[in-house]
Amino acid sequence: MRIVFTLLFSLFLSLPAAHAQEEVVLGFSQNQVEITTDFDGSEILIFGAVKRESPLPDGDPLHVLVTLSGPSVPAVVRRKGKRFGIWTNVDSVTVDRAPIFYAVATSAPFEEMLSLSNDRRYRVSIERAILSIGAKVAHEQAQDYVEALVRIRENQAKYAFLENTVQIDQQTLFRTTIQMPPDLTEGEYTARILLTRSGKVIADHDSSIDVRKVGLERFLFILSREQPVLYGLLALAIAMISGWGASAIFRLLRNR
Amino acid sequence: MNIYLPIAEISVNAFTLLGLGGLVGILSGMFGVGGGFLLTPLLFFIGVPPAVAVATGANQIVASSVSGVLAHWRRRTVDLKMGIVLQLGGLIGAACGIAVFNYLKSLGQVDLFVTLCYVVFLGIVGGLMFIESVNALRKSRRGAPPKRKQRGWVHKMPLKTRFRTSQLYISVIPPILVGFLVGILTAIMGVGGGFIMVPAMIYVLGIPTKVVIGTSLFQIITVTGATTMMHAITNQTVDIVLAFLLLVGGVIGAQFGTRLGSYLKSEQLRILLAVIVLAVCGKLALDLLLEPSELFSITNVAGG
Repeated sequence: MRIVFTLLFSLFLSLPAAHAQEEVVLGFSQNQVEITTDFDGSEILIFGAVKRESPLPDGDPLHVLVTLSGPSVPAVVRRKGKRFGIWTNVDSVTVDRAPIFYAVATSAPFEEMLSLSNDRRYRVSIERAILSIGAKVAHEQAQDYVEALVRIRENQAKYAFLENTVQIDQQTLFRTTIQMPPDLTEGEYTARILLTRSGKVIADHDSSIDVRKVGLERFLFILSREQPVLYGLLALAIAMISGWGASAIFRLLRNR
Repeated sequence: MNIYLPIAEISVNAFTLLGLGGLVGILSGMFGVGGGFLLTPLLFFIGVPPAVAVATGANQIVASSVSGVLAHWRRRTVDLKMGIVLQLGGLIGAACGIAVFNYLKSLGQVDLFVTLCYVVFLGIVGGLMFIESVNALRKSRRGAPPKRKQRGWVHKMPLKTRFRTSQLYISVIPPILVGFLVGILTAIMGVGGGFIMVPAMIYVLGIPTKVVIGTSLFQIITVTGATTMMHAITNQTVDIVLAFLLLVGGVIGAQFGTRLGSYLKSEQLRILLAVIVLAVCGKLALDLLLEPSELFSITNVAGG
């Protein structure tokens, strides 16, 4: 890892001055997460450096926000209530778009780093990353449902709000690790780095991480989607053969 | 050792799944029930999405039923003709059941409906079986020969056929109806339907208990097989990796179960089955009646 750091460091120091501002140079411990049969969650190390042509500005220190986001899809949130003595789904709200995975890591308390208006503009906090405008128009209590969505996914380790977990070195180098849960869904994930100073965003950088099933997992998943008949027959054949096989083996064992 | 399931998209301990399969297999061999009524709720419990649990459960039952039926076949306790008649009804029922299942899924009420089905059917069947078998056990202790009730309406229908292995001469309509109802349940609840069919065959059709188990297993293979195919095609919810782990445990369990079952009297066997059925029913009923700790639930909209 140290080698990578050094390389990055020399890279941005040697670059000629193009803009008199601060920019992000980013690296990952892995830019592809492979879901194999024994996949048991993953830890991603996100690190980088701030490229700077002018000397370090005076005033407030630099802060770094790192977000890692899965694909956003519409989600139906249902609420249970008591009807005729039993607990059943009584009402539902369709949230326009919610990421299937979302983690925010910060280098300082969130409120100190980013003003409310900038959070709204850049959609950084978990609440802002969820699009629920349509839901709020369609349903009066939509906010309760959005809060429930966040609460459930936080409990499932799919949403994480990690304050003060980004380490900054010399106002230049930063690093953080983000944990991804075992029940991860594949798709294109986006890592986003925001540099802030005095509540304002001074640089915004995006980079994608490909999360995909590989090997047997990928083969079976694609087969089930593209050749459902073949997949079904395969499932049946495996079931029949193992049923017959077990019977035959046990008969052999008994006859000996 | 954790295994990532490609369709369910969760990571589960492999030994948990093997153990679940084994437990269900033992029941399958002992009672001639597929064990799905136990397996499906247990899969919900370890976090498998309900749609995947129902479809994969059906697939797993195919394996343990094949294993079980072969053991019964060698003991000549399978009525092929009766089985085929039951299957005919079963296939039609399963097709209807899939349609109902997909409709309820679109309404968001599939979980409630599946649970309600479980509570109602397990409650009725378990209760009746328990009372009846306790009575039968008392009678046989007193030494009186157990009487088989002859239901008039079953014998008055047209299309009478002789079922040699079952030593019956009855109309094919009642077995088709029984098969049809069980087929619907298979598709909706992910169960073989043995827990309904075994009592129905004993009490409604009057088939000897000895033949019932092998024959119901035979019927279950076809109906659960067809259900697996229909779920695989319409919902893509059959998880082969999950099914494989369950069935490895299941087929081994079924062999032990078949041998265990032959040591017990049929009345004792029925009381035991009734108790298990009632216990599962009670647990599910409690879940409906007690306030859940989390009132909200999330479903991602597919293809969004």
